[in-house]
Amino acid sequence: MAPHLVNYLYIISAAFFILSLKWMNSPSTSRRGVFIGEAGMLIAVTAAFIKAQPIYNLPWIVWAIVIGTVVGVPIAYIMPMTAVPQRTALSHACGALAAALVGTAEFYQRQPRASTLLPGFVMVALVVETLLGFLTFTGSLMAMGKLQEVLPQRPITYRNQNAVNFLLFAIAAGIGVRMVLVPTDTVLFPIFAVLALIFGVLLIIPIGGADMPTVIAILNSYAGLSACAMGFVLGNNLLVVAGALDGSSGLILSIIMCKAMNRSFTNVLFGAFGQVQASTAKHEQRTVRSASPEEAAQILESAQTVIIVPGYGLAVAQAQHKIRELFDNLTRRGVDVKFGIHPVAGRMPGHMNVLMAEADIPYDRLLEMDEINGEFPQCDVALVIGANDVTNPKARTDKGSPIYGMPILDVDKARTVMVIKRSMNPGFAGIDNDLYYMDKTLMLFGDAKGFVSEIVKELPARAAA
Amino acid sequence: MPTDLEMGVFVFMLATFVGLEIIRKVSPLLHTPLMSLTNAISAISVVGAILLTGSKDATFLSKVLGFIAITAVVTNIVSGFLITDRMVKMFKKREAKK
Repeated sequence: MAPHLVNYLYIISAAFFILSLKWMNSPSTSRRGVFIGEAGMLIAVTAAFIKAQPIYNLPWIVWAIVIGTVVGVPIAYIMPMTAVPQRTALSHACGALAAALVGTAEFYQRQPRASTLLPGFVMVALVVETLLGFLTFTGSLMAMGKLQEVLPQRPITYRNQNAVNFLLFAIAAGIGVRMVLVPTDTVLFPIFAVLALIFGVLLIIPIGGADMPTVIAILNSYAGLSACAMGFVLGNNLLVVAGALDGSSGLILSIIMCKAMNRSFTNVLFGAFGQVQASTAKHEQRTVRSASPEEAAQILESAQTVIIVPGYGLAVAQAQHKIRELFDNLTRRGVDVKFGIHPVAGRMPGHMNVLMAEADIPYDRLLEMDEINGEFPQCDVALVIGANDVTNPKARTDKGSPIYGMPILDVDKARTVMVIKRSMNPGFAGIDNDLYYMDKTLMLFGDAKGFVSEIVKELPARAAA
Repeated sequence: MPTDLEMGVFVFMLATFVGLEIIRKVSPLLHTPLMSLTNAISAISVVGAILLTGSKDATFLSKVLGFIAITAVVTNIVSGFLITDRMVKMFKKREAKK
């Protein structure tokens, strides 16, 4: 009875997970999606406890669950929305570590009876599980360090980097093959694990901050695939399904991110973006027009349609709530305010949408690049806040530019462009932005949060006058 | 009868296609919550970790590694689902809450 019950519980749980992701297709059903996902997880854990009967080492399991819960709850509630990319990277690291450790334990436990317990395909799955698990663990920690700005965001590169990485990976893969052929060779396992850990570090350090959305998506995919491989090791189809769902989700998101930057996977992983441009970015002296908050307020007030383009700088400055005030103020005056959101704005897929939603901006005002681009020519003011490369017209015109071909927001087609920026320093890609030198562009120099609140302060005063 | 491996590959193939189709339809508005949700779901490896730790064959090494693994994935499950809920709650239609 019990084994059948467990299997049916697994099936229900897998169905719930699929529904959970399906309901994420719209904000109106997404909460339902989260609830059914939680239900699926609860059923799966219950099934695991039934299956494990008679269960040993219960205190170990219970304490681990208690500690995990005690750590997890505050993370979920205290974490500011601007730090969600870091949290996501951390949780990829945790998930991957768990898969790697379970794989390691399974290996050592089964290895004395390798001939029956570790047939070829199980060993292949185990090697894949631990390889992906360990490399995603350290890789995600590196990504988190970069996002938290503990580590430098610029790419860390050295000579023959790709050759070194490739060699290391080849050695690890070679040891993996050898372990599949001769599972009793336990000496190799620690070497294999250490190589995978080092490879994870080396894979991520050459990747720059602006590529983090893609990297996080790829690591998401790896973490899912390592859980999936664990499913093959344990002969558990629920793990295979859930891992495959996570793996395909990460894959789709990374493809979307790559397309949004007009780059390929290999280019993101091995291209060390930001290196080439250093030589091309010659600083020619060109003049820009700057404006005060008062002038900016005047222009916004007399506009009929305004499109705000938020970028990572906005997240850094924590300016989302000030933007909400600006949005409210302008909307009350009858100005039509929309937001144009580039797919790679922010540090993870969809990051800007969450920040805007956090500030209570209705989601029907948040438009994707393809939806908003047609509206720029009819728009009176485009206000760019903390975004740079995603608005650079060079992506359309300059074949020599490293961002050539990248789809951008057509901010330059608006009647007036205003850009809030700290200074004239180029963005992450290190490329000068032609937008800033156009006649219709006004540069608003200052901190995003400070400047927006100055504008908001000006607006009511002018109305009263 | 197909072997476990063949069944596993079959299930993997189907799940991947289902995953690709479903995820493609997810609104870009929700890509961040999607990622934290899939992250919580892939913490399904908690099942493997519990079976490992709770087995009567568990060696001391298995118990220690299993303990760390359960702690790590339970953190993911709890914080993943809660923070996803916190995020999707924030997405409101216009004037919905005035």
